[in-house]
Amino acid sequence: MKNTRSLEIGTGLFVLLGFAALAFLTTQLPGASLKFGSGPEGYAVTADFDNVGDLKAGSPVTMAGVTIGRVESIRVNQQKFKAEVVLRIENQYSQIPDDSDASIQTAGLLGGKYIGIGPGGSETFLKQGGQIEFTQSAIVLESLINKLFANMASKGPDQQPAQSPPAGNGQEQK
Amino acid sequence: MNDSLPVAALRRIGAVTVFLAQIVARIGPALARPGLIVRQIYNAGARSLVIIMLSGMFVGMVLGLLGFDVFQRFGSEDYVGVLAALGNLKVLGPVLTALLFAGRAGTSLTSEIGLMKSTEQLTAMQMMAVDPVRYVVVPRFLGGFIAMPLLAATFTVIALYGAQLIGVQQMGVDSGAYWSQTQAAVDLHDVWEGVVKSLVFGVAVSLVAVYEGYHSEPTPEGVGLATTRTVVVSSVLVLLLNYLLTAAFLKTH
Repeated sequence: MKNTRSLEIGTGLFVLLGFAALAFLTTQLPGASLKFGSGPEGYAVTADFDNVGDLKAGSPVTMAGVTIGRVESIRVNQQKFKAEVVLRIENQYSQIPDDSDASIQTAGLLGGKYIGIGPGGSETFLKQGGQIEFTQSAIVLESLINKLFANMASKGPDQQPAQSPPAGNGQEQK
Repeated sequence: MNDSLPVAALRRIGAVTVFLAQIVARIGPALARPGLIVRQIYNAGARSLVIIMLSGMFVGMVLGLLGFDVFQRFGSEDYVGVLAALGNLKVLGPVLTALLFAGRAGTSLTSEIGLMKSTEQLTAMQMMAVDPVRYVVVPRFLGGFIAMPLLAATFTVIALYGAQLIGVQQMGVDSGAYWSQTQAAVDLHDVWEGVVKSLVFGVAVSLVAVYEGYHSEPTPEGVGLATTRTVVVSSVLVLLLNYLLTAAFLKTH
């Protein structure tokens, strides 16, 4: 029967589509390191950071605020105990001095992390497999606050004697 | 018929539960006729696909627009993807699909069964020792139950695409940041929550639709009333169940 056949084909298509959607949601969406957009075009350079904060694979790499590439992968180097970040930079940006520095920055107040490249002055340029030597880690808010409190705590006792005239180390406050 | 309101409500809940038990008891025998179920999956699912996809697209686009407008104020536009993904997976996908499903498929189930009843087709089946619940009600219930999660998943995927279309293509959020933030924020647990919700909603909407049809007054007016009740009862039920399930998932997380 023609009628049954088209009905079954329609149902089959619908069920297939539904399961494809389910499969997409369960496999691609949660945490998978799937690469969207441009494939592996461009050249890869590595940079070691003490701390990457919540930088993620796929985050942008920028120079002067313009996106020139993406973070390809992040892993821990167990010899140096540093985070080894592979950056994939588009081929058109081939003249980045090899003494440039990479720093991890935050977009806006709460935004995601990205890598900013500050150009150096060298005559030679970064190439495939190159290494960025000068890096600046992500600023971790907690450690910043800890430092602030540590500062206040160490100043605290100093200021107490400063109020009572006989103390000698009041000088230091000036 | 002259019960007071609380008693009538209680009686109704009891009747629906009994009807559900009748359906569940006949699922096994009904599976012997898969052709009937396939036809109902086609009616409830495949024919609802266009409205579901269209709605999903616009819901996703609106989320992209609104999310961008709000997050832009904090300079964190990347989170548009997180909002769209979590909002759609956990709440909007299952709930809106269930509401659309009640309007598109639930009403047609009720009126179809109601009309069969008013033209005494169901009685005729009983006269021939054919169980109408097994041959008419159960395939329709199962069709809705199977179609609903698939529709919800389709809705969600299309909505994610719609949000991406506005957020990334139109508003210019960086696509790498958009997807990496989204993937970092979404857990398998969130996907699971959406699937469980759509399964529950599928049972609720399909059950209400077949119950109202099967128990409608066998008059033109009665079928009309039953169809209206299907939309009202199942919509309220879906929203209520959604609240309960959201609360339950927050506790277990």
